[in-house]
Amino acid sequence: MDGLDDIVEEFLVESHENLDQLDADLVALEKEPNSRERLSSIFRTIHTIKGTSGFLAFNRLEEVTHVGENMLSRLRDGELALTPHRTSVLLQMVDVVRALLTTIEASGGEGGVDVSAAVSAISAAMENGDGPAAEAPAAEAPAAAPVAEVAAPVAAAEKAPAKKAPAKRASRAKAAPAPAPAAPVEEPVAAPAAELPADLPVEPALPAVAEEHPVSEPAVADHPEGEVASPDAAAGSGRRAVADSTIRVDVDLLDELMLLVGELVLTRNQIVQYVGRSNDTDLLRASQRLNLIASELQEGVMKTRMQPIDHIWSKLPRVVRDLGLQLKKSIRLEMEGRETELDKTLLEAVKDPLTHLVRNGVDHGIESPEERKAAGKPAEGVLTLRARHESGQVVVEVADDGAGIDPVKLGAKAVQRGLLTQDALGRMSPADILQLIFLPGFSTAAAVTNVSGRGVGMDVVKTNIESIGGTIEVESDAGKGTVCRLRIPLTLAIVPALTVECATDRYAIPQISLQELVSLDAEKAVNAVEEVGGAQVYRLRGELLPLVRLTDVLGITSERHDGHVVIAVLRSEGRRFGLVVDRVINTEEIVVKAVGGQLKSIGLYSGATVLGDGTVALILDVQALARRALRTESLDRQESRASVGQSTAAETERQRMLLASIGGGRRVAIPLDTVTRLEQVRTDSVEKVGNREVVQYRGAILPIVRLDRHLGAYGETDHEVLEVIVYSDHGRSVAIVVEEILDIVDGEAAVRSDIEDMGLLGSAVLGDRVTELLDVRAAILAADPAFYSSPTTPAGVSDSLLEV
Amino acid sequence: MTAPTTTAAPATSGQLATFRLDGDLYGVEVEHVQEVLRSQQLTRVPLAPTAVAGLINLRGQVVTAIELRERLGRPPRPEGTDAVVIVVRLHGEAVSLLVDSIADVVDVDANDFEAPPDTLEGQARDLIRGAYKLDGQLLLALDVQKAVSA
Repeated sequence: MDGLDDIVEEFLVESHENLDQLDADLVALEKEPNSRERLSSIFRTIHTIKGTSGFLAFNRLEEVTHVGENMLSRLRDGELALTPHRTSVLLQMVDVVRALLTTIEASGGEGGVDVSAAVSAISAAMENGDGPAAEAPAAEAPAAAPVAEVAAPVAAAEKAPAKKAPAKRASRAKAAPAPAPAAPVEEPVAAPAAELPADLPVEPALPAVAEEHPVSEPAVADHPEGEVASPDAAAGSGRRAVADSTIRVDVDLLDELMLLVGELVLTRNQIVQYVGRSNDTDLLRASQRLNLIASELQEGVMKTRMQPIDHIWSKLPRVVRDLGLQLKKSIRLEMEGRETELDKTLLEAVKDPLTHLVRNGVDHGIESPEERKAAGKPAEGVLTLRARHESGQVVVEVADDGAGIDPVKLGAKAVQRGLLTQDALGRMSPADILQLIFLPGFSTAAAVTNVSGRGVGMDVVKTNIESIGGTIEVESDAGKGTVCRLRIPLTLAIVPALTVECATDRYAIPQISLQELVSLDAEKAVNAVEEVGGAQVYRLRGELLPLVRLTDVLGITSERHDGHVVIAVLRSEGRRFGLVVDRVINTEEIVVKAVGGQLKSIGLYSGATVLGDGTVALILDVQALARRALRTESLDRQESRASVGQSTAAETERQRMLLASIGGGRRVAIPLDTVTRLEQVRTDSVEKVGNREVVQYRGAILPIVRLDRHLGAYGETDHEVLEVIVYSDHGRSVAIVVEEILDIVDGEAAVRSDIEDMGLLGSAVLGDRVTELLDVRAAILAADPAFYSSPTTPAGVSDSLLEV
Repeated sequence: MTAPTTTAAPATSGQLATFRLDGDLYGVEVEHVQEVLRSQQLTRVPLAPTAVAGLINLRGQVVTAIELRERLGRPPRPEGTDAVVIVVRLHGEAVSLLVDSIADVVDVDANDFEAPPDTLEGQARDLIRGAYKLDGQLLLALDVQKAVSA
């Protein structure tokens, strides 16, 4: 229904449903005319339609429901008795309403549906419910009734010129001359009919509805139920009616479906795993299809539960306005990404925390207009809500351009309240201090106003967000504002997770917390993992990463004795830490299963899941893990930051490196001794062989590897000239395309880590910037898979050369 | 649990699913029992109470397994013997009990019921509603509710 806006569409769906109920109610009412309950229900339905139609400016709909409502209210109050005739006109009204709705649905407007007949009939019946004079034609000679009814208003209109809104309708088709002379009915109905003189005519644009309608009327009087379908049919011009294209479904049913899909995903995982071991291509193909279909089904079922975040945002402008008024602040609320969708359950769960954050932003974030002016800011504060999808999560931000949070004041407050020692505070970074607002101790009003920052119930907000598997962090720029960032999983039931092994057991870590993986072989681990005051740390691109051994946290013994260290870099509450596990298994979509009360109380597991091979794995609660493990360690790691410089000298080894940028701000270092020549190649001279790019170079065909694509960066592709690094060995060459050759430096390979990213050996700090060390061998193989397989592969291209 | 509370859990006639544990015969109400399984692969749960033997995969459902020997203060099951898993359903949640072996379903008569023998001590006493005097044997009625709330 592209032409209709959401409100109208919702109104239509709802009204269609109500009308069906109304039909049944009216018929039932005839059998028990004294049921006030039923009358009230009918009255409410009509009243609702009337109210909404008035609001949406469907005037004729309003008119007809208005008279209907009048009659119903009098019936309800006992002023009128329900006669079969009155029931009939009420049913007739329902049909007219239906016809109007159908027209609205089809054309977006009320079109030419004629309501005057129904209006006059109702009015007549109201005045004269038992009056045989009025009833006679309708009851005994149905065919005559419409004529009489239709004629009446025309006659009336001639007598009494339109009192109301003729201009509005003047544009419609001119009144067709009424053929029949005024029937006796006209007398009592003259007054209401006068209000709608021009409505009678049939609008040429919509002949179907208009023509069909008068025909249906006689039938209505006798067989109300039988008539239900016909107005709908009239609208059926190819597209589905609004009411037919949507359906209300019990959320429980959707939950159940979701559960089943979860099971299916699990079984799919198992099958895919088993099939992976077999060589049966047919089975393989079938399992791939199953894989695909299950994913699509999962997505589809998830979509049924998705709602735009606007559902909860739409209430916030009011909150901001009221609160702003109350606090005498002028605040503009901006929203970005209001169409971002997430699971209904999650939406509900996020509602309160979000409202809380918004209130906080208005209350404590944005300053008074005077303060703002003094600070050189516009008097009007801006509160911005942003929502977006980001790597399988929904990120919701509440940002204000207020005074921000002063970490110094906040820290002092925390010490004063005894939440941590002055000593500990001294070792915390400003970013860490900000997260203190989530401590339960900060949740009193006094703390907040004194600290000029947030805090009312921030611990509650945090708990709520975490209970749905989300995370919250706060960033603040003193004087410029504060951003609260929520990361919420798309859905609760199925989450992507990393499975790791520790002491022969497997555990799942939700991807939402995972940043990267680092794998160190025994040789590197000895140097790379350092001890600072008893706590282990690892230098990740120059930053110290506190390490937490999962075995220590869980009180179990590692089975890995070869010295390898596998680190999952996790983020929790704005802090990073490395979780040391025995090995990484893989990533898979897991279905979260609740665990019994006995296990919940441990507080380290957020649930359990069944893995592809059928074994049960516990899902680690990263937040709880961080809280438990970092309580002591976080204090130590800051102090160690200072000592970074000193200990590096020992393992320094120098190597000449070629620095190149590959786009996206990434820099790559390539050992100079693997480079034979630097060249420039015109982009239009690049040709294709199969799906590989090649270029003719000195009479030979040179395979090309574009480093930005190889390493997953996004460089600009529209260069006219490509910068190329040529590598040759024993008569074979490859061309490595970079964005720009930057420099040749003496590489200090000391401060480096071993992020096992594809195509990289690790990274190092070269010239004060993080630079990735290219795995030249992998890059060359990407361009020329046969490069090293030539029998003449020399010892020169040994690992020692390639390892930086 | 002391005498007054024992009377609060009155003797009932009905059927008990019985099982053996460290030489004794125990019973749980048949209506609580969902199914009985051969020994299952257990996923241990570090830091869990000692009575929690681990988690089992019951057709895609994750079910906590309670080691009843531990719960009743009995010595651990001898090496090499597999536990039998009794899945009970309480308040809609499935929990499983690890026992030595499963025995018959027995019709019991309330007249044969007696409070737990005084010799029964501490931990176990809390979990035993009482004993049915069968021919030549005592059948200890397990309070499932308490047994699983480890």
